[in-house]
Amino acid sequence: MGDALAKLISFDQFWSLLPLVTSSLVAGALLGIIAGVIGPMIQARDLAFAVHGTAELSFAGAAAALLAGVSITLGAVAGSVLGAIVLALMGIRARQGNSLIGIVLPFGLGLGVLFLSLYDGRSSNKFGLLLGQIVSVDNAQLGSLALLTVVVAVVLIPLWRPMFFAAVDPVVAQARGVRVRELSLIFMVVLGLVCAMCVQLVGALLVMALLITPTAAATCLTARPVLVSALSVTFAVLSMEGGILLSLSPGRPISPYVTTLSFLIYLVCRAVGSLRTRRGWSARAVAA
Amino acid sequence: MTPVVSLQDAALAYGSRLLWSGLDLQVQAGEFVGVLGPNGAGKSSLLRVLLGEQPLRAGQALVCGEPVHRGSSLIGYIPQHGALAPDTAIRGRDLVGFGWDGHRIGLGLGSRAKKEAVERAMVTVGATAYADAPLSMLSGGERQRLRIAQALVTRPRLLLCDEPLLNLDLHHQREVAQAIDRVRRLEGTAVLFVTHEINPILPLVDHVAYLAGGQARVGRPGEIMRAEVLSELYGAPVDVLHHNGRIVVLGGDDTATPGHDHHHEEAHDHG
Repeated sequence: MGDALAKLISFDQFWSLLPLVTSSLVAGALLGIIAGVIGPMIQARDLAFAVHGTAELSFAGAAAALLAGVSITLGAVAGSVLGAIVLALMGIRARQGNSLIGIVLPFGLGLGVLFLSLYDGRSSNKFGLLLGQIVSVDNAQLGSLALLTVVVAVVLIPLWRPMFFAAVDPVVAQARGVRVRELSLIFMVVLGLVCAMCVQLVGALLVMALLITPTAAATCLTARPVLVSALSVTFAVLSMEGGILLSLSPGRPISPYVTTLSFLIYLVCRAVGSLRTRRGWSARAVAA
Repeated sequence: MTPVVSLQDAALAYGSRLLWSGLDLQVQAGEFVGVLGPNGAGKSSLLRVLLGEQPLRAGQALVCGEPVHRGSSLIGYIPQHGALAPDTAIRGRDLVGFGWDGHRIGLGLGSRAKKEAVERAMVTVGATAYADAPLSMLSGGERQRLRIAQALVTRPRLLLCDEPLLNLDLHHQREVAQAIDRVRRLEGTAVLFVTHEINPILPLVDHVAYLAGGQARVGRPGEIMRAEVLSELYGAPVDVLHHNGRIVVLGGDDTATPGHDHHHEEAHDHG
């Protein structure tokens, strides 16, 4: 039992291994920030499942790029942005979009698996796209991640308010002159870019743990938009960095560590939130 | 005085399907006008015309003397129940705040003026007690009052209400209708109120615009809610019964009231 646990949790040679993952930690922090910022918008638009679909298409694109011997980043971006635009043009909202995504998702995953099986290079590359390989992040990837962070910030900061309005309350937003369709398209492209970066660095399976779970945890605790954003960034970064550090000494993939941390944070927030709900959220009179 | 709403010989059609024509409607400040008619008569579309989202086939539509255009700050709009995602994590205060500056570029951190305007609007509709609770924890009636506050926050000259009483129980129907009535008396806001059920607002309406059979009639409730007028509109015999101060229309498409509500719910499920 102790041995089994030691295979999963250990801090042997932790300090000597740490310098090897400095760039991964930077990448993880950037990714956590982006994911935490974009998370509330995904939740407001009810797009959790679309994120999954986009991630699988990104996986297929990256696998195709690997097979063709071109840049994986390019493949991942092409796959997910294409997928996101298609979803946006179909005018998805969860209710109508779910079956569409359900159709696209296994197709993307299947294509990706096919491309990987045809590829006869290093097998660690194969698993990386599905399960995460942030330990091997190189400077080029770090550069494109930093660029993406800037792009997301430049696009989302000025558009945040109307975009959030359009996401939460599309009918009134439309009536107030917000360009709901155009904003939706812009958001889906940004989402596609973020998914593509996530897929390369943490793998298609981890995308949900970064884009969905931290915001879900944050909204158990508060309904103040500013606080939701701050908390979901905190949770996403915490899961990411914690996952990288914990996986270091055991030498396991980071995915299970990141997903477990993210899940535990969610459970704690959920418990705190339900306690709070039971005691009454605010001081409002019951017989309103 | 310039009327708040002025429609002259207006007609609306989708493709070859004529919804209504020959609509002449003037709404003055502080007036309460009920828009009535069967399903699919183009009641909500009339609101969309005034919001600048739907062009007229013929005629002219003016709001405060200006041609209608999208995003006018002269108009507050209360959409149909169900337009809001049910479990989004925002507070009532945030929903009302969207009415103030949601359309403007920026992060939305808010100003002092916004804070005061939001507070004032929530006091007007009596929603301050649950201003900080998440929307997901509020009842239909509470949400609807926040909707009114959201529409009022910029002190519009015109309030467009699309079936705001739908899916509310009688008690909440009365409260929401009275909140809207109070606003137009206090602030002189003109109200255009779309409904398929006239009775909850019968004591409040000054005029009725009845849309049916591709036509429109405008007048006082007593002039319009009559068998001969509605029979002519529907092109079929219609009875109008008065009972205990309530009006029941029999024989128009309106009679099948249960089917009515069913229809609306279906529309929501797909919308």
